[in-house]
Amino acid sequence: MSVKHSLLAVLADGDRYGYQLRAEFEERTGATWPLNIGQVYTTLSRLERDGFVEPAGQDAQNHVFYRITDAGREELRSWFARPVTRAERPRDELAVKLALAVTVRGIDVAGIVHAQRKHALAALQDYTRVKARLGAEELAAALVVESMIFQCEAEIRWLDHVEGRVLRQARSQGGESAGNQGAGRAQAAATVGNSEGNQI
Amino acid sequence: MSGVGSGRAVLELRGVTRVHGKGAAQVHALRGVDLVVVAGELVAVMGPSGSGKSTLLSLAGGLDAPTGGEVVIEGTTLASQSKAQLAAIRRRSVGYVFQDYNLIPALTAAENVALPRELDGRSARKARVEALAALEEVGLRAEADRFPDEMSGGQQQRVAIARALIGERRLILTDEPTGALDTETGEAVLRLLRKRCDEGAAGVLVTHEARHAAWADRIVFIRDGLIVDESAPSQRAEDLLVPGGADA
Repeated sequence: MSVKHSLLAVLADGDRYGYQLRAEFEERTGATWPLNIGQVYTTLSRLERDGFVEPAGQDAQNHVFYRITDAGREELRSWFARPVTRAERPRDELAVKLALAVTVRGIDVAGIVHAQRKHALAALQDYTRVKARLGAEELAAALVVESMIFQCEAEIRWLDHVEGRVLRQARSQGGESAGNQGAGRAQAAATVGNSEGNQI
Repeated sequence: MSGVGSGRAVLELRGVTRVHGKGAAQVHALRGVDLVVVAGELVAVMGPSGSGKSTLLSLAGGLDAPTGGEVVIEGTTLASQSKAQLAAIRRRSVGYVFQDYNLIPALTAAENVALPRELDGRSARKARVEALAALEEVGLRAEADRFPDEMSGGQQQRVAIARALIGERRLILTDEPTGALDTETGEAVLRLLRKRCDEGAAGVLVTHEARHAAWADRIVFIRDGLIVDESAPSQRAEDLLVPGGADA
């Protein structure tokens, strides 16, 4: 997430001081990405250095206000117009973990999948509860929460797919290959209705 | 979202088994399922095709009888009831949304929804007033006098939902209730179901969609006729809408 552009987006509506920027950003995004105040002030300093914001006076409580400059508005317009590239997103640790799990002998791949799916479902329930409480007028927050809901759903579907692939491989190779001890267990669990219960 | 509070069991499945066929052709649809759903709670049931989800729902609603164990609705063991008593329990206490709607083709939407109330002794006029309110809730007030074959699949599904929610049903059983609906209407239906549970009903939602199951307080997983696990939400999300809350 670009803190720099997020702050510019809030400033585009009018001058703000640091705490206001943080509160408004969190309100608009459903507080799903909490900012710490130190991060806000560091970013404001950089934005000022780059000519995207400028000081706009102080109030009686000595709050220092910031104003977006024309260059800042141009930078913001350009950010909105540019698609978020795949390279800008963090690497998917789960995909890497599973890739490694299927190559390391003795790792319970099915167990990893089950635990992850359970975690993703609980998160999905959490986000759905947040969404259920949002009013119809809270569109910005709803969009952020829905993005997380769709990501959780995609992760669960992908995990189902992984489980299916691991099972198929276990069947075709008779559970012989590295990383397939877990697959063998998954197959056994599927056949007998999973005596281990707590992993599905 | 969680309305679970009273802890009063509305539905109890105790060691429920259901075996179809005999001898070598026997199919064990359920193999000893224990499940309690309390007032105010919505439980989602997930599992692969053929895992026993729909069988569980039929047994819970008294539409089918178990071959072992017992089904108890609000303290009444269904096996101890006569056919007439069982029908009365289904009519008064249980709202059921079937995968294939099960609307009566010769009745209008409002008549379909009003039918269980009329069978329960309400006057036709009062039952219609209630039916129109239930149809309003699912956004179909204007279609009240249309017949099922004059409606889309999604509209028929919503009529079926209105029929399940009418009256003071304390147990709402739904089998893929959003199957024929677009995303927005499907979500509206889930919100209705959630609301009814928050108001004190117990609900069971059979679904294969994780996004739908997430509206429940608990998700149970069924595989090969057995409940193999369950998932419940954490408390963390309570903080998500409080600025700085997730920081604390």
